[in-house]
Amino acid sequence: MSAILIVEQVLNGLQVGIMLFLTAAGLTLIFGVMGLINLAHGSLYMIGAFAAAAVAGATGSFLLALVAALAAAAVAGAVVEMVVIRRLYASDHLDQVLATFALILIFSEGTRWVFGSFPMYLEIPEYLSGPVTLPGGIQYPLYRLMLICVGLAVALGLWFLIERTRIGIQIRAGENDREMIAALGVDISRLYTLVFALGAALAGLAGALVGAIQSVQVGMGEPVLILAFVIIVIGGIGSIRGAFIGALLVGLTDTLGGIFLPAMFKLFMAPASATSVGSSLASMAIYILMSLVLVWKPTGLFGVRG
Amino acid sequence: MIPERHVNAALLVGLVAVPMWALAADEPYTITLATRAVILALAAVGLNIALGIGGLVSLGHAAFFGIGGYAMGILAFHAQTFTPLDFGAFSVAGTKSMPVIWLAALVLSALAALVIGLLSLRTSGVYFIMITLAFGQMFYYFTISWSTYGGEDGMSIYVRNSFPGLDTLVPVQFFGICLILLCLVLFLNARLVRSRFGLALNAARQVSVRVETVGLDPTRLKLLAFVISGAVTGLAGALFADLNRFVSPAMFSWQFSGEIMVLVILGGVGRIFGPVVGAVVFVTLEHVLGGLTDFWHIYLGVILLLIVLFAQGGIIGLLCGRRVHHD
Repeated sequence: MSAILIVEQVLNGLQVGIMLFLTAAGLTLIFGVMGLINLAHGSLYMIGAFAAAAVAGATGSFLLALVAALAAAAVAGAVVEMVVIRRLYASDHLDQVLATFALILIFSEGTRWVFGSFPMYLEIPEYLSGPVTLPGGIQYPLYRLMLICVGLAVALGLWFLIERTRIGIQIRAGENDREMIAALGVDISRLYTLVFALGAALAGLAGALVGAIQSVQVGMGEPVLILAFVIIVIGGIGSIRGAFIGALLVGLTDTLGGIFLPAMFKLFMAPASATSVGSSLASMAIYILMSLVLVWKPTGLFGVRG
Repeated sequence: MIPERHVNAALLVGLVAVPMWALAADEPYTITLATRAVILALAAVGLNIALGIGGLVSLGHAAFFGIGGYAMGILAFHAQTFTPLDFGAFSVAGTKSMPVIWLAALVLSALAALVIGLLSLRTSGVYFIMITLAFGQMFYYFTISWSTYGGEDGMSIYVRNSFPGLDTLVPVQFFGICLILLCLVLFLNARLVRSRFGLALNAARQVSVRVETVGLDPTRLKLLAFVISGAVTGLAGALFADLNRFVSPAMFSWQFSGEIMVLVILGGVGRIFGPVVGAVVFVTLEHVLGGLTDFWHIYLGVILLLIVLFAQGGIIGLLCGRRVHHD
């Protein structure tokens, strides 16, 4: 097991984690501000990917595709918030789960109806394909490196938006006391729509970016949604910082576990059974991580809410 | 408004009459559909014990359904290949006997529910929903990578398991077994609701603190409810596997957890017969709409959305008026 392989896998883990952060950030923001559990968040991820694939297919421009992904997911998010989600803020979590589960059914089948069941492909543009040589002579795909940079930039932007701008103050105030900021003259329902659209846009962006290295298909959002849940449970629901740390932990655990656990078991088991035990354990690794965090801190690493 | 017991009685009569008609008219597919409805109803009755009485919104009940299914699959697989099930220190022979398989399904899913419940009940609210979901996924990914028992492809059991004195390959006889089990569980469920435990659990859902002040431990009540709930759903999983003679990781999928929750809500949360109504309506919709369009899930989604937004209390709530408690 060479050092180069380890560095490569750590970078892969970071890349997976950062992309998961984009999805988890929206989810945790929506829960933190509106107290809403949104199962349909994965559908917004899927909408971003499909919009990007459709626009890239029509225009050939990757940048336009990303813009389309952001716009389509944000618009879908805003519309869903105004038509359905708005009625659920006062409901209990059970109703929220069911209504957003219904939205998944509608979005998934609707997308299948429009685009068909076959996967679509989103090409990595020429100027982002191919490997780059990192210091130390490590070859790494440029596109994945770009994903890490874009993700970090978005994380930084999100931090700036929430900590340093007026809208961020309103969002943070909304988390603490919605009646009070409504009384202070902030249009709370506009703020909610905005937060929901922002979360949706982040998920859509992630869908488009990841769509270029995986296939774009119906149902692509749900595995990501569940990982995002694991992340915000680990990080603490409502905490963006927690989502960031949680996403990196999950990305690294999942990627490194898949490579190193089978190898580790080979040290003291027959190769065939080591591979099978190792890969079974690796597929469960993030859930084991989650239960450990939970036993240690039931409200997550950075959580305050029960 | 119709009294709830009339709806329940009509439902039971229908569940017997429709397969009898199908038998007379020689329509075995209708009997299979009815069996599917009864088994899904049993799974949902299990969830309703945790969800309706205990207030535990579990989005991971597919885990127990899948464990029941794999208990059947693994025991029958070893019986049909004549290989013992090896645990290292000791080994067990496979079996094709339904009662033994049911027992294994009940015990294993109850054990899983105990472990998952112990961990998940440390939390509440949204955390509980997400954690149960994540545990369900953990089993899903585990079975996908479990190549001994078919991995992602699942495995087929060639002959339906046997029940003493009956020929389970005859659709109506297997239907009878499933219906009797469902009725038995419904009866026990009704007894449970009226028992001291049921009353305490009901109180623990509503005002946990008050239950604590009278010296009961709400977490233990909820844990017990979760274990019973998981065991019933596990039993349904074993029957479902026998109906299809096939088990696969799809039994563990979180969509299935969502679907059985939909059955409970569609019929009416916390009503003894709510899950049964939900399952019958769901299977009928699936059959009718599924025959008309490939995209019937859109309609299911719209119906579900309308029920959540405008018709709380589900179908029984619409028919019998909004009362959270059964009569």
